[in-house]
Amino acid sequence: MHSRASVRRRLTWTLAGFGSLALVACVLAPLVGSTRIHLGNVVNRSIPYGENIDAQIFFVARLPRVLAAALVGSGLALAGVVFQALLRNPLASPDTLGVSAGASLGAMMAITFNLDFSLLGVSAVPLASFAGSIGALAIVYGLSAARRRGTSAMVLLLGGVTLQALLSAVIAFVQYLADFTQTFRNVRWLMGSLDVASYAPLAVALAPMAIAWVGFATLPRVLDLISIGSESAAARGVNVERTERIALVSASLATGAAVSLAGPVSFVGIIVPHLVRLIVGADHRLVLPASALFGAAFLIGCDLVARTIIAPLELPVGIVTAIIGGPVFLWLLFRRA
Amino acid sequence: MLRATDLSFAYSRRKRPPDRVLDGVSLQMDRGTVVGLLGPNGSGKTTLLRLLSGVMQPDSGSVTIDGRPIRELTRRALARRIAVVPQETHTTFDFSVIDMVLMGRYPHLGAFELEGASDQAIAREALAATGTASLETRPFATLSGGEKQRVVIASALAQGSDMLLLDEPTASLDLGYQFDIAALLRRLNTERGTTMIVSTHDLNLAAALCEQIVLLKAGRVIAQGPTKATLTAENIRVLYDVDADVQFHPRAGHLTVVPIARWH
Repeated sequence: MHSRASVRRRLTWTLAGFGSLALVACVLAPLVGSTRIHLGNVVNRSIPYGENIDAQIFFVARLPRVLAAALVGSGLALAGVVFQALLRNPLASPDTLGVSAGASLGAMMAITFNLDFSLLGVSAVPLASFAGSIGALAIVYGLSAARRRGTSAMVLLLGGVTLQALLSAVIAFVQYLADFTQTFRNVRWLMGSLDVASYAPLAVALAPMAIAWVGFATLPRVLDLISIGSESAAARGVNVERTERIALVSASLATGAAVSLAGPVSFVGIIVPHLVRLIVGADHRLVLPASALFGAAFLIGCDLVARTIIAPLELPVGIVTAIIGGPVFLWLLFRRA
Repeated sequence: MLRATDLSFAYSRRKRPPDRVLDGVSLQMDRGTVVGLLGPNGSGKTTLLRLLSGVMQPDSGSVTIDGRPIRELTRRALARRIAVVPQETHTTFDFSVIDMVLMGRYPHLGAFELEGASDQAIAREALAATGTASLETRPFATLSGGEKQRVVIASALAQGSDMLLLDEPTASLDLGYQFDIAALLRRLNTERGTTMIVSTHDLNLAAALCEQIVLLKAGRVIAQGPTKATLTAENIRVLYDVDADVQFHPRAGHLTVVPIARWH
């Protein structure tokens, strides 16, 4: 049915619908927690901010975490969409090409070797993690630049999967060197969690994410054409090599920024794009923005569950996304077959 | 007019003659003609079409449109002149038929421009011209092979180019659909004057459709010219090592080829 209305009209509805969902999630999620607060008090301008406890809890204690969920969720969802189109494989995800494993390796090394420094208010683990993702990106980029004409996206996919396996082995090795406390931190980090308590880590993750967004903005229509085949895209006037590089770098930067902030939160990058496609169709001009907005709302929702379901304890959000995500993904998989 | 002059190409880094997929290929397509490209597997047909469409650059030699080298044209400008129809098209995602045809409008739109009413009209006209108007809202993946191929041709028409390069367009189709595609191509040629080059293994399709034939073997053109003079039993033996009878068939109205046996 969605093919009857013009693209412009569907884009308007998509942005309005998923935009309000993301906005509502951002506003409502900080209201929930161990201390009850009311939106009416939060926005009440007659109480001075210094005395407005509800506003302080909202903006200082809870909003950074919700915004982190939004940033991570949208980043992983966008990266998932782009990798799926680039590799012409609906099962590709931000982990597929090893960027996520690179980020994990960086974090494991920072924890195991007790790296202790900070930069712009961000501690060693996220920084090392982001550096690891850049290292993995450099290897993948090198592979894609080295591949010659006539080789397919399949080669990039195989190369990425191999890199991921290789990095996983190195991660296991680094973990083997870790002591008891470090192992505990490593395992916890790998579960993925959004324990963000200030705006500083957000601001740092925002920089690579913003670069990725600029790349993503150039992609929607060319991803449609590339998903049909790189040769037919080229015959329609697409600069395929340039597009593939922009797509690879943007999606990897977004993945690296997201993983360095929250750890390898699984399934967001694969489920969100597929759910969005069920609603808006295949057109990437709709799928890309809708996935960003729905990814944000989805992870805010999952994190809300993670924070509250066994309160006062918190579950790592990666467990929630996998427990919700696993069954949904299986359903999608068998529905397809 | 599309002209290729002395094209050579190798996929490997070594560019010497034994590694070449194409070796000194020259050919010419006059405006409004349908040219058949025949040759055994691995003779370089697909590579030649890639060079003609500008998807790949030759190691040496040049391709010109109306005297202008295609490498001087931007990718978009080239796509507005030449469209390509591959043997088969697979979609990773669930695009509808009209989505597929609208993608042909890509080289006519600005970077952030969405298709307007005129693009919709052009896409619908292309659907009508290929007899696929009734399929407009169907998911492309659910179509039969023959329907898919007609939709891909519609997408090429929506691209607005006056030259069509078709790479074994009927290879995966049953006999009925082979006739449908041949009739469609013939109609596009007579009604719109679309210039076409069709690579195929189907000698009878080439005989029915093409005014000119180019025979390619091991990366070289071994013969080219009018179909009647070029599609001969002798040339078929040289090309495929197959003994065949070639006769004018009065009911078909064109030459027909009956393969008899492998030539030893």
